[in-house]
Amino acid sequence: MDYAKKDLISINDLSKSDILYFIDTAKEFKKISLQDIKKVPTMRGKTILNLFFEPSTRTKTSFEIAQKRLSADTINLSISQSSVVKGESLSDTILNLQAMKPDAFVIRHYESGAPFFISNITNASVINAGDGINEHPTQCLLDIMTIFEHKKEIQSSKIAIIGDVFHSRVARSDIAGLSKLGAEIYLYGPQTLMPRFINSDNIKIAGSMVQAVKEADVIIMLRVQKERTAIYFIPSIEEYRTYFKLTDEILKLASKDVLILHPGPVNRDVEISGSIINSGRTAIFDQVENGIAIRMACLYILLGGRHS
Amino acid sequence: MNGIIFKNDEVNGIIDVLAAKIVKFKFNLSNLIIVGIKEGGVVPSNIIHDKVKHAAGFDCLLGYVDITLYRDDSFDVKKTVKSTELPFNINGKDILLVDDVICSGRTVRAAIDDLICFGRPKSIKLAVLIDRGGREIPICPDFTGKKIKIPNKYDVRVELEGKNKFIEKLLKV
Repeated sequence: MDYAKKDLISINDLSKSDILYFIDTAKEFKKISLQDIKKVPTMRGKTILNLFFEPSTRTKTSFEIAQKRLSADTINLSISQSSVVKGESLSDTILNLQAMKPDAFVIRHYESGAPFFISNITNASVINAGDGINEHPTQCLLDIMTIFEHKKEIQSSKIAIIGDVFHSRVARSDIAGLSKLGAEIYLYGPQTLMPRFINSDNIKIAGSMVQAVKEADVIIMLRVQKERTAIYFIPSIEEYRTYFKLTDEILKLASKDVLILHPGPVNRDVEISGSIINSGRTAIFDQVENGIAIRMACLYILLGGRHS
Repeated sequence: MNGIIFKNDEVNGIIDVLAAKIVKFKFNLSNLIIVGIKEGGVVPSNIIHDKVKHAAGFDCLLGYVDITLYRDDSFDVKKTVKSTELPFNINGKDILLVDDVICSGRTVRAAIDDLICFGRPKSIKLAVLIDRGGREIPICPDFTGKKIKIPNKYDVRVELEGKNKFIEKLLKV
């Protein structure tokens, strides 16, 4: 198995077998985090620049730990203290950083398409760590990895994705990735926050919370994204809570061994009851743990690819 | 020219010689872990483990290391990452690394690096079925089944699993 592309921008760049290859590789990398010495020398001498134009706790830390466990040299550019605030354009910023000969850029940006734009002006590998409302491919891969740890099969399983689907790059990547693996996907949320176009038979918009959750094998809850003005699409947080929150009661309708995922950060008691999280019935921390392994695998596969 | 170097009984003989040397060394078997280097060292390590068990009546621990992530040319030879399997504490243990063929010594160097990430063994010794010469770094096996000189343009392949056991040389691609 081999993967020859330089970048990971969209989950649509990956075939089904690519996805499984990334996840199989990640399974091996997961073991490194359990060793006494949580480090392998594989990426000695590789320089990776993490550019986060948007706040992040999990993804940023996860990428940085992944890079350090692979022995790469990592630099986190703090955008608020960079020349971006002096008005330097994105392409000038990248071209200047490119002159410092990094091997990879990890990009989180509030504009959809920014990582793609950057991938076209640099010969370093570019990994999309979330762009605007577009995609978050490594989150999709870690979600799939987590699902495979709990479920034998994704083919034909019912996966509910609930919340602000429209503004969610996680949902966009998850829908694309899970569709490739043959999942039946049910979307639910306020009408104003549903995607405008759905052109695939395996994706359905549920009519109610009950329809979405009933007999679901996996439930992926999404965050209400206040920063992406989701708040203007709904009358009030209170109303959202009333109609779209995952509660213990609704959860009873799901399949007995339902897997609950959330990409974080969680708005407790807005999209999901705090009690569900407190009771340990979600796999949120498995997702975080797998995130490191997936990012190690992505870096290993991309930087080791034949493209160079 | 490609061709078989040793077959069947000759191969069995080489394995017996190697096993005999290891048994004779009188390891403290209760403190010994036999570790095969993937992939070539897996079958030889299993065979040696069985032979030690047969000769000394002690079932010592057996593990495997995958050196893919520890290579000094990680990205020149792209291989699928496989598991290192050491589900026990190696601190203070005597380790016997086993590989089928030693040439440059770089694989063993990587395997030692991998082991050290799991703890601090008391000692590490190296057993190889075939020492074909061509060392590029100062690593020397402690136990050798057979020493032969094979020019660098050949790969040496060891087949121990099928009906016919053989060791052959193949021109590098």
